[in-house]
Amino acid sequence: MIDWSGYITLILQGAFVTLELTIMASILAVIMAFVAGLSRVSKYFPIRALATAYIEFFRGTSVFVQLFWAYFVLPFAGIELTPLQAGVSALGLNAGAYGAEVVRGAIKAIGRDQREACVALNLSRSQAMRHVIIPQAIPLILPTFGNLAIELLKGTAVVSLISLSDLTFQAQVVRAQTGSTLVPFGTILLIYFLMALAISYGMRWIEGRATRGLDGMRT
Amino acid sequence: MPEPIIRIDNITKCYGPLTVLDGLSMNVLPGEKLALIGPSGSGKTTILRILMTLETISGGHIEVDGAQLFHMPGKDGLAPADERHLHRMREKIGMVFQHFNLFPHKCVLDNITLAPILTKAVPKAAAEKRALQLLDMVGLADKARSMPAQLSGGQKQRVAIARALALSPKIMLFDEITSALDPELVEEVLNVMRKLANETDMTMLLVTHEMGFAHDFADRVLFFDRGKIVEEGKPDEIFHSPKQERTQSFLRKIVAAGHRV
Amino acid sequence: MDWDWNFVWQIMPLLLDGLKITFLATVLGAGLAAVVGLVFAILRIAAPRPIAKLTSFVVEFIRGTPLLVQLYFIFYVLPDVGVRLPPLLAGVIGLGLHYGTYVAEVYRGGIENVPRGQWEAAKATNLTSRQTWIHVVLPQAVPPMIPALANYLIGMFKETPLLSAVTVLELMNQAKIVANSSYRYIEPMTLVGVFFLIMSLVSVFFLRLLEERFAPVEER
Repeated sequence: MIDWSGYITLILQGAFVTLELTIMASILAVIMAFVAGLSRVSKYFPIRALATAYIEFFRGTSVFVQLFWAYFVLPFAGIELTPLQAGVSALGLNAGAYGAEVVRGAIKAIGRDQREACVALNLSRSQAMRHVIIPQAIPLILPTFGNLAIELLKGTAVVSLISLSDLTFQAQVVRAQTGSTLVPFGTILLIYFLMALAISYGMRWIEGRATRGLDGMRT
Repeated sequence: MPEPIIRIDNITKCYGPLTVLDGLSMNVLPGEKLALIGPSGSGKTTILRILMTLETISGGHIEVDGAQLFHMPGKDGLAPADERHLHRMREKIGMVFQHFNLFPHKCVLDNITLAPILTKAVPKAAAEKRALQLLDMVGLADKARSMPAQLSGGQKQRVAIARALALSPKIMLFDEITSALDPELVEEVLNVMRKLANETDMTMLLVTHEMGFAHDFADRVLFFDRGKIVEEGKPDEIFHSPKQERTQSFLRKIVAAGHRV
Repeated sequence: MDWDWNFVWQIMPLLLDGLKITFLATVLGAGLAAVVGLVFAILRIAAPRPIAKLTSFVVEFIRGTPLLVQLYFIFYVLPDVGVRLPPLLAGVIGLGLHYGTYVAEVYRGGIENVPRGQWEAAKATNLTSRQTWIHVVLPQAVPPMIPALANYLIGMFKETPLLSAVTVLELMNQAKIVANSSYRYIEPMTLVGVFFLIMSLVSVFFLRLLEERFAPVEER
């Protein structure tokens, strides 16, 4: 009879690493999404170009490839990353590139009228962004960010391939040590699913808070 | 005879191949109340938008309150204005839009205090005090904490007027401010305009289709057609005895559509 | 960092072999996804309620869990119940099922975007159900779907490296094998990155073309 208690601990440890990875990569992604998204609408060409290059590069290549590059190739350039650092960087930068497009789209969607009102009131461009445009863009951004967060969660599974002890990695370990396949893989599928549900509900709650009093807003 | 507060000198405005204003010149005296009338596309709104620096000009010069609007002193003569210059010029000009353009995510009071706090470094308490005075003047003192979504069109427009007044501009521009309102809400906005005309010495430029109001409100009426001023004069002259054929035919159509003059 | 061009020419044939498998997996996976997505969409809309609800749950479950784990499931768990699949087949089935759930959503959205009035007009002109679908609904529903479907196709292409985890010898796997056996990582990994980047730029170009041709007509 297999002693499952030890293996359950392994799985839970894996779940913790997955969670840690998801949260840290999400934070990086949000930061990059706003930095790059706002840079895309900057009036300075070099900033726009840099942001566009970042977005097209990370959206255009596979996360898996980016991860491998970060973990295996960067050391040759003198940058040694731990599996966790490589994972957070690759996943965060990748998701941030997709997020940047969402931010840019939402800012564009806040129509001309609002921007003209800001000019008429003599607000500087950055004042207009900070106090008028971005606050109205946030409710437009949140739903898609929620989806991106779930995609990020699913993406964390690839870090198992660079030997980071996440949920998927631990399932492989359990399989290797016990020969049982359905239990470990079935269990982690369930755990991932529950995490995804938690993100969905969490995002819906945040959306509710962010749109209070804004029923008149055109979206 | 006082110096004009606005001097528009032979300006042209093109959108690609389309010429909207063609060699237009006009002057506005301080404290004058001007009504700009004319068919759609005649350029009257474009002039307001240019004065508010929402558009640039393709040729010519504009002087506002003694300084060039789109040019600034440069190394040899005049150079195109930079953002800082435009920012300084905008302090003298305010605008109220056809679609109000209130900030939907801020309450009425915050809509009015935002710009004074950010651009004139007015302390919050002072800004709110002034805002409440302005709300009182437009008859909406009790709506200070309401959100724009909760207001009617006429109320929103009155808030928009208060918001523009909060910056104490010398020149106020009104771009068809009642055109987007249901008929029964128009009068409350016009009342505020009458109050402003009587109680302040601001220069006011009004683009409008409300001919009756234009007649009562304005010191001078300008009729625009196809980017040029066809005729201008006192309200009685323009509305009751227009000299130009185009003015006459425009006014005939307006009267036929039921706008009393 | 020293780059060895000779090495690059040496390994190129191997990498191209991998690229062929990548394309094959993508095309087969896309074909399967198109069919599976249709099945999912139809079951969710037209099947009796219990089946429809079950399908919805299955779709959400597959969509909400990592493709990699699903591949492991197909590759490791199924043999235990007697279904032993060759790696490429397992990979294609994994891709097909996973992306089938995304495609089902695109189908559903596309159909729903056809205004109610079209169905009513068809009924009023006495068209049969079959005629309505073929002549009225699908011609309006399908064009806007194409950019979205193309997007998922590109996404699938970019996820093929995951198949290396179930021993499929696609591009990424070949590169890893090369790198591991020769201890040179830079060239193979960079080449893989370059291949993907080129494919991405090409596909973005085609995607823009498709979007222009097939985008929904209404502009806000």
